[in-house]
Amino acid sequence: MAIADLANPTRFMALSGRLLPWLGIACALAFAAGLYMTFFVAPDDYQQGATVKIMFLHVPAAWLAMMCYSVMAVSALGTLIWKHPLADVSARAAAPIGAAFTFLSLITGSLWGKPMWGTYWVWDARLTSVLVLFIMYLGLIALWRTVEDPIRAGKATAVLTLVGAINLPIIKFSVDWWNTLHQPASVVRLDGPAIHPTILWPLLVMALAFTLLFFTLHMMAMRNEVLRRRLRTLQLGAASARTATARPQAAE
Amino acid sequence: MSGPTPAGTWVGALFARELRLSVRVGGGALIGVLFFLAVITVIPFGVGPDLNLLARIGPAVLWIGALLATLLGLDRLFQADRDDGSLDLMLMAGRPLELVVLVKCLAHWAGTGLPLVIAAPVLAIFLNLEPLATGAVTLTLAVGTPALTLIGAIGAALTVSLRRGGLLLAVLVIPFSIPVLIFGVSAADAAITDPTPFLTPFLFLCALTLVASVVGPFAAAMALRFSSD
Repeated sequence: MAIADLANPTRFMALSGRLLPWLGIACALAFAAGLYMTFFVAPDDYQQGATVKIMFLHVPAAWLAMMCYSVMAVSALGTLIWKHPLADVSARAAAPIGAAFTFLSLITGSLWGKPMWGTYWVWDARLTSVLVLFIMYLGLIALWRTVEDPIRAGKATAVLTLVGAINLPIIKFSVDWWNTLHQPASVVRLDGPAIHPTILWPLLVMALAFTLLFFTLHMMAMRNEVLRRRLRTLQLGAASARTATARPQAAE
Repeated sequence: MSGPTPAGTWVGALFARELRLSVRVGGGALIGVLFFLAVITVIPFGVGPDLNLLARIGPAVLWIGALLATLLGLDRLFQADRDDGSLDLMLMAGRPLELVVLVKCLAHWAGTGLPLVIAAPVLAIFLNLEPLATGAVTLTLAVGTPALTLIGAIGAALTVSLRRGGLLLAVLVIPFSIPVLIFGVSAADAAITDPTPFLTPFLFLCALTLVASVVGPFAAAMALRFSSD
């Protein structure tokens, strides 16, 4: 069974090996352009000064944190419905990257919040939902690491990922409700008036760079995961061959 | 006897079996109430014995206590049945597994959740709650704790094959229980302070329980099938 499963991943390894350098170059170019525009094109805010530059890291990281969960949800569907071997690999590779982006958006948001709100953390609806998302990512990773058999672990986490995909809008809605109940109208709104093009363009370029970074890292992590599974299959095969040769000797 | 038994018979038999197992010796259902009492006793040591403060945070404390007590009892839901092999029999019985999980959850709630609801008015006295607030908290707990059990069934099914899955179960289930906690506490608070109507969050809480009674059994049944093959 394991040999038959590896047929398709082999094609994936060949394709991704050819694709990966180009993706990396595109990612580096987008980051160079995005960072240049962030620091030299985008103006300082008249109230926040240079701290507004944090936004160009914070907002794309938050977007990617959510996109990564959708990639995982789609992969979970692929695991459960089509039993595609790569879907499982993709979901597993995406989870730590998603957790990292979520962590990045929490950290940058907190650093941005210190000069703006005067505190590192407020129980704002958005921050709270991102924190819950972070806990969910870590829970999924923990479940993956606890179940030993990778196929079974993939199925279990696929179920949990889909339940999470159903529940995330409910959690978001209820946290919004809770926040308006507890602290009305204290939230600093990001989108005051229409966003000026000198801010919008760097933001979009940075979002593109982050997306390319995600795809690069995701592909590299998937390749690692495929290799790790091959290694596991080889080790299991070697171990069973060793016991098969050892048994007659023990019998003699 | 040879024909298929009507659905009501086996559902009733399963419910009675689960309830009997959880209440009798070795079931440990009532330890949840004891844990609930212990949590409520510890709270004043943490926040101080100020009765006004306790009355204000009382509903939230009762809800968090009930949440923790429910989480701690969840690993009993499938673990014992897996250990003695009856879970495999249930999987192979040819009955809809979703329904089996739902019945097991309801019986588990009747054995562990219902005692928490009954104990809540007594514990509310420790927290200096008004009679109206006590009634509101008890009502929201009665409606909301089934949702906690049903959501927790997913975590229990996912971790059933793990030897020490209790802690992981709690970590997996807590994010999904946040909406229940929010609407439960805000419905109870609304009954006391009434800037907002009681009915709106209460109906949301009812809706969450209904959604959980669909999503929980289906996801848990799926997870149980995967863990067995």
